[in-house]
Amino acid sequence: MSQNFRLNTGGLINRDKPIEFKFNGKKYIGYEGDTLASALLANGIHLIGRSFKYHRPRGFFGAGVDEPNAKMQVEINGCSEPNINATEIELVNGLSASSQNCWPSVNFDIGAINNFLNRFFPAGFYYKTFMWPKSFWYRVYEPFIRKAAGLGIASLEKDKERYEHKYEYCDLLVTGSGPAGLASAYAAAKNGAKVILAEDKPRYGGTLLTDDVTIDNLSGKDWSEKIISELKEMPNVIVKNRSQVFGYYDHNMMVMFERTGDHLEKKPKYTPRQRLWYIRAKEVLLSTGSIERPIVFGNNDTPGVFLSAAAKEYMKVYGVLIGKKPIIFTNNDSGYETAIEFKKNGVNPIVLDTREDQNSELINEAKDLDIKIKFSYAVIVAHGYKKVKSATIGKLNKEKIDFENTEQIDCDSICVSGFWTPTVHLASQSGNKLKFNDSIDAFVPDKSKQNEHSLGAANGTFTLQDTLKNSFNTGSEVSKSITKKDEKIQIPNTNERKYSVHDKFWCSPLPKGKNYKRFVDFQNDVAVSDIEVALREGYRSIEHVKRYTTLGMATDQGRTSNLNGLQLVANVEKKIVPQVGHTTFRPPFTPVTIGTIVGREIGKEYMPTRKTPMHHWHEKNNAVWVDAGAWKRPRYYKRGNENLFEASKREAKNVRDHVGICDVTTLGKIDIKGPDAAEFLNRVYTNAWLKLPVGKARYGVMLREDGIVMDDGTTTRISENHYHMTTTTAQAANVLSHLEYYLQIVWPELNVNVVSTTEQWAGAAIAGPKSRDLLAKLFPKIDVSNEALPFMGYVEGDLFGVKARIFRISFSGELAYEINVESDFGLFMWEKIIDIGEEFNIQPYGTEALSTLRIEMGHVAGSELDGRTIPYDVSLEGLVSKKKDFIGKRSLAKEAFNKADRQKIVGLVPLDRKSSIPEGSHLVENKNAKLPNPKLGHVSSSCWSVENNNPFSLAILKDGKNMIGKKLFAVSPLKNISIEVEVMSSHYVDHEGKRVRS
Amino acid sequence: MLNIKCPYCGDRSQKEFAYGGDGTIIRPKLNQEISDEEWDNFVYLRKSPRGKHIELWHHIAGCRQWFKVERDTTTHEIFRTFKPEE
Repeated sequence: MSQNFRLNTGGLINRDKPIEFKFNGKKYIGYEGDTLASALLANGIHLIGRSFKYHRPRGFFGAGVDEPNAKMQVEINGCSEPNINATEIELVNGLSASSQNCWPSVNFDIGAINNFLNRFFPAGFYYKTFMWPKSFWYRVYEPFIRKAAGLGIASLEKDKERYEHKYEYCDLLVTGSGPAGLASAYAAAKNGAKVILAEDKPRYGGTLLTDDVTIDNLSGKDWSEKIISELKEMPNVIVKNRSQVFGYYDHNMMVMFERTGDHLEKKPKYTPRQRLWYIRAKEVLLSTGSIERPIVFGNNDTPGVFLSAAAKEYMKVYGVLIGKKPIIFTNNDSGYETAIEFKKNGVNPIVLDTREDQNSELINEAKDLDIKIKFSYAVIVAHGYKKVKSATIGKLNKEKIDFENTEQIDCDSICVSGFWTPTVHLASQSGNKLKFNDSIDAFVPDKSKQNEHSLGAANGTFTLQDTLKNSFNTGSEVSKSITKKDEKIQIPNTNERKYSVHDKFWCSPLPKGKNYKRFVDFQNDVAVSDIEVALREGYRSIEHVKRYTTLGMATDQGRTSNLNGLQLVANVEKKIVPQVGHTTFRPPFTPVTIGTIVGREIGKEYMPTRKTPMHHWHEKNNAVWVDAGAWKRPRYYKRGNENLFEASKREAKNVRDHVGICDVTTLGKIDIKGPDAAEFLNRVYTNAWLKLPVGKARYGVMLREDGIVMDDGTTTRISENHYHMTTTTAQAANVLSHLEYYLQIVWPELNVNVVSTTEQWAGAAIAGPKSRDLLAKLFPKIDVSNEALPFMGYVEGDLFGVKARIFRISFSGELAYEINVESDFGLFMWEKIIDIGEEFNIQPYGTEALSTLRIEMGHVAGSELDGRTIPYDVSLEGLVSKKKDFIGKRSLAKEAFNKADRQKIVGLVPLDRKSSIPEGSHLVENKNAKLPNPKLGHVSSSCWSVENNNPFSLAILKDGKNMIGKKLFAVSPLKNISIEVEVMSSHYVDHEGKRVRS
Repeated sequence: MLNIKCPYCGDRSQKEFAYGGDGTIIRPKLNQEISDEEWDNFVYLRKSPRGKHIELWHHIAGCRQWFKVERDTTTHEIFRTFKPEE
């Protein structure tokens, strides 16, 4: 079969370039410039899928975003994607498409049995049927529904395509390049405004490509080409085709996707498949046009039934006949345009007009062309299963609620036109409450809430002359207020045919005794009877009817079904449409791929990776990484076949016995300067800061106003008005914001400045009994004796020519120092220390060993400072000043915080001295007690104590200190184990803290 | 996504800011005698008005200044943004 339905001439396709593609495994030929839909239609293919619920044969209905049926599984460049609209995807060589929702094939679909069981599939079927027994949902119903329903198949392969995001700012965003869009964009551009004109289709011009009009004696198509080429020349204008503005968000944030790749036969390497645009527009002009409404009749979903404007578009744009024996079924003059186009192409249509005999320019032209017209006629039902073969038509009685006579006539297609529905989706998303316009039986935008204007057909203006006039004027006015320029533009003369008034007829009545299915919503398989059932069952609100029947849901967003649905509800309820109201329009207007939304933020680009200056050294020395926020930190350095447990034990032991080095660059560092710095610290920290001398560090704890510990760390007085604060890695950003808040909002009178210096300094901790000997070799000119540089001392030094800060502070509980140098010298410092430390048996240690060391010393960290503990809970009461006030102090007086049996920190050791206690285990008195077993606390941190060579844990336990010596069970339901433990002090090693001071 | 005018930097996208809650809350003075109830009101209780709301925002990915925004909580309309001392 070779394009039997392609006209010999005409259309905007490139007949010199045939394109081969596949549909359901068979090869076909189309032309460059075709959509998948037009190419299939050129080959006479109408049966393209099965409907969602009843598995009825379905064919093409529209020619663009209005298409409800033609969702296909499409493969391009080895990438398979479901639910692609065949009317929107452009034909490229090698494209392969297949039907969805049918098995084993579109021609023979087992699910079609649903069609004959349809009395068992009424509205709300799923809600009614699958309610009981409850246990059946998982095991029986859900798997069954999942298999039978659903559209295409999402690929399990990783998406290899590239997607990008782009941000743009403009004065005016114009959505749609029909007459309204072109005129307004042109006027605004002439005034010097920065304009973005977005067109969803590959070709600019909208209805100008298919309407028989002239503008300034040019055809619509030629005029649109002229305007577009002028706009493209202007530096203040961005013109984009294949670009759908699909979302209208707050403050005129518009989101658009651009199909950049799928239409290219050979996509250049770095060209994305799609690009997402975030556009912040000062003004938005919505020239989104309108969509033709169907008229509802029996079996109106049979393949071969089309919107009349779509049939015209297939002829005029693609040179394709959707049928050779069409019926045009219309309630207005638009249908005649299609009829005339058929006639011009050698096809004899029959027009059924629901109106009484009348005259208008178009009707008279049709009459002059000898087109057969039957007035007061309607299609009652289409016949044919997989394709329209004939139709029963009838003469309407005066009230148009019954037929005077009926007859069956042969046809191969039916083109319906039930007048036009403005595309108000974006206007509605902007917060614009719509109003009903009686003269067009549709909703149009009302008062704007954001800076937006709807123009042309989107605003219910259906004549070209008015559209151009309003659009030139609005484009000019709106841009003038931004650019202060006022370029006068001559509004062009137009030539178009006048329409006579349309008929409100929207649904063919059922002849007595007939029970044809009449579909309102094709995509969701919602028939007139379904909506009637919902109303009979008491659903009144249109939002409820929508959810119960699925009317207007899914990708279709009710583009062709919405108003007919409302009309039906209004009729049954004896109301008028504006009383029924309408459902809410939500983004996206058309489906957007997940890839486009995600953009480049995938894999390692999902979030930034922070690396310390010593990163590559760690890498070379077999570091196994752990994520600490965005940072990569060595968890341990693997030697030979060691596992985490063995390696961390070795590293921790080496610190206790000799000396270790740990990369502490990731700790938050904040530089604090100003004459009131001491006073500020005194308010931020719980302990006293006014008397800290220059050259000394102090450990501090800061609270939130609710008394909960926020963070801890050391702060060092570098000089009189200059402090260096450290925070935990995790809280660094929060602490900075916290300090800024108090300085800028609460105590602006304090003369203090804070700035993050985390990335300016590289840090290395050297810890262990040999650390002083090592330090002496690193800084031969400095006296590092205990007297000269005591615990919590600070000194500046010269590390082989590099300025270094030396802090005598310790997280491991050993004699320890932290050395900071400017980041650029971090690796230099690290290698020097490793090099010189060799004679002291230095080894690097990772975060796992670091945890072991701090846990057995009873130092608290994030697992204890978990957003629930106050200083009293974690043995930090010694740091809480009684004399001065500080952030959160008043909360510490709360009754609950001072209860005797409050949960407090303790240590735990398993009785068998062998079993490791899982972190998160619950502490209970009796492991066999009846549920719910009273929980006394939980295990916060666990390690293998290298000092005592047995497991040790920290826990937060009710009445903590008084429980010391008692035996409890640590149970982990997750791992299904329980371990008998003994409660002890949280300081398992070096109770008096002698080592750090040694 | 809101468009917020930082009083120091100008119009910027919401992405650059962090929300800081009710901007009319005044922290009790240090060392001030204060009842449990008053303190709890300060720490925990916030109004969630429908309509105009003065709130704090932090230009966290910009100048790092805290400032105040008068915003309608239902329409997201921003009436004005101003420095905390204004």
